[in-house]
Amino acid sequence: MLQIKNLEASIEEKQILKGINLEIKRGEVHAIMGPNGSGKSTLASVLAGKEDYEVTNGSVLFEGKELLELAPEDRAAEGLFLAFQYPVEIPGVSNINFLKTAINSIREYKGMQPIPAKEFLAKVKEKKELVELQSTLTNRSVNEGFSGGEKKRNEIFQMAMLNPKLAILDETDSGLDIDALRIVANGVNKLKTKDNAVLLITHYQRLLDYIVPDFVHVLYQGRIIKTGGKELALELEEKGYDWIQETEVSA
Amino acid sequence: MATTEKELLEKVTKTEYKYGFTTNIESDKAPKGLNEDIIRLISSKKEEPQWLLDFRLKSFEIWKTMKEPNWAHVKYPKIDFQDLYYYAAPKPKKNLESLDEVDPELLDTFKKLGISIEEQKRLSGVAVDIVMDSVSVATTFTKTLKEKGIIFCSMGEAVKNYPELIQEHLASVVPVKDNFYAALNSAVFTDGSFCYIPKGVRCPMELSTYFRINESNTGQFERTLVIADEDSYVSYLEGCTAPMRDENQLHAAVVELKAAKGAEIKYSTVQNWYPGDKNGKGGIYNFVTKRGICEGDHSKISWTQVETGSAITWKYPSCILKGNHSIGEFYSVAVTNNHQQADTGTKMIHIGKNTKSTIISKGVSAGFSNNSYRGLVRINKSATNARNFSQCDSLLMGDQCGAHTFPYIETENSSAQVEHEATTSKIGEDQIFYCNQRGIATEKAINLIVNGYAKEVLNKLPMEFAVEAQKLLEISLEGSVG
Repeated sequence: MLQIKNLEASIEEKQILKGINLEIKRGEVHAIMGPNGSGKSTLASVLAGKEDYEVTNGSVLFEGKELLELAPEDRAAEGLFLAFQYPVEIPGVSNINFLKTAINSIREYKGMQPIPAKEFLAKVKEKKELVELQSTLTNRSVNEGFSGGEKKRNEIFQMAMLNPKLAILDETDSGLDIDALRIVANGVNKLKTKDNAVLLITHYQRLLDYIVPDFVHVLYQGRIIKTGGKELALELEEKGYDWIQETEVSA
Repeated sequence: MATTEKELLEKVTKTEYKYGFTTNIESDKAPKGLNEDIIRLISSKKEEPQWLLDFRLKSFEIWKTMKEPNWAHVKYPKIDFQDLYYYAAPKPKKNLESLDEVDPELLDTFKKLGISIEEQKRLSGVAVDIVMDSVSVATTFTKTLKEKGIIFCSMGEAVKNYPELIQEHLASVVPVKDNFYAALNSAVFTDGSFCYIPKGVRCPMELSTYFRINESNTGQFERTLVIADEDSYVSYLEGCTAPMRDENQLHAAVVELKAAKGAEIKYSTVQNWYPGDKNGKGGIYNFVTKRGICEGDHSKISWTQVETGSAITWKYPSCILKGNHSIGEFYSVAVTNNHQQADTGTKMIHIGKNTKSTIISKGVSAGFSNNSYRGLVRINKSATNARNFSQCDSLLMGDQCGAHTFPYIETENSSAQVEHEATTSKIGEDQIFYCNQRGIATEKAINLIVNGYAKEVLNKLPMEFAVEAQKLLEISLEGSVG
């Protein structure tokens, strides 16, 4: 589904990603872990198409298409979803209106008619239960006045509504208490099918207790320096990132 | 600056006026320039009574002694008032009984604007008094209104049919010498609308006027008077679009509202006059005086405006809260793009006890434009327990535009409570990217964000207008799309 080859990217002349190689297949859950500043969020932003970053080398194939040549909204329409680490507030724009606009934009891209109101509302009702989102939140302005946990749940709610092929969760676990984490993780697990894929970006192993990855990658100084199964996350948790740096350096 | 923002800036600055076309209706035009003879000509063309001619001549005398105001935060070349036409009327063929008799070309013009009169009549139950250049061409629904005792007609007709009402109320809210443009308007106004709601009557429909400036170089001097008698209610809509012109057109309207005891007037405006091209050439100069007085106790006047057009906007719809417990409201969205300049706001003058006013102003600036909010809240000595809440927000798009806030507060009564909040924000890259990531393209994202920002005001508009206003916001901010 996703093939990243030798991806290099920089911001303001500073190189952050120094040759990422990664392949994600349908039905897989991948986790990218790494210390602060290793380039985890940069990778998420580059894949989603944030303009602040300049891709200096490499390619990213998404379902056979060169992702890097697509505008951010077209990437979304092709089925790429990013759950933001810091979801923004859009005052005066209701969640419902926002999602309807998003869904219809994607449908338009695919040459489909706008979603019928009835179908849309039924979907809202179904999906918000998935993340135990209160009814009042769907009618409020996008993320405005939401607590940290509510914002993250809202991200997963949007993901459920848009039904992406690949969901990238950028530190979705940060700032969540254990109950909120469980709710968010449950939501993600329920959305998981054999046809879609998830890329988790996280600093801590904690999230991976709830969403079990097939592969764990360690990102360090802009490179993936180690890949393993879910046990790698536990090992990292126990020994810390210093351990991996040392083993890499001595290797 | 990131590429998105640059593109955004470029896009919005490239937007061209969409309603640029002219109608070839023969027009009956007086020669250029302003003098007593022209005023006499206007008056005689309109078959006016002597008292009105005297009023005009006196106004002209006053105007000649006045100077153009220069305190507003706008810049424009000096206007040569002798180089303008002061009268142009579509040549009347005969009195019209129904729309079928209206010039097909005129109807076509309205169709181009997406506002067919028939459709309006049929679908929304809106009575429309159209002002094409300076003479009212069609007045609809008059009969229905008549049954309720409501008068809704052109100012010209009102002068003929209800002279005592006009004589009593004309210039009673905006005196002739109020300001330079009000004096000019009083001397040369050609037409406008008059509305009277009798005691205890709730006007069953939104009263609507569509203005169009059509004759090249014609100053348009509308005069509107709305009188709501005791315990009555009226919602009045004023909407405008003008065809594209190279030379600047001056518009100096006067609107006067009077609310008696327990009466409520809701006055909504959507203004989309030609703003000039993207280099700032052409465009309407809009110098308007709008004022309402809450004369009686428990009366209410509410101004709602969506301003997207004109090269220069100079406009401060105001409320004089004379009656005890009277309420004044001002809700405004002003969008400026390219080289547009807007200096707009309101005045709330509290005289009566327990009077309340609310000001919500939302400015959106893009391109190289300048958008200023100027507001006065004045609490007189007599206004015990007066309250005001003001909120003035500015939204900036790109880094070439300006937003300014000039709030003036004058309080002479210590029991007054005056609150003022102001914010300035930029449309964030982050907000746009967030929308992009959900599949929403940048232009649509901007519309979404701007509409959300202006929602508090748009919600105050009557339904029929709200949709049109949203469309206008889109049009005025959208790019040529490459």
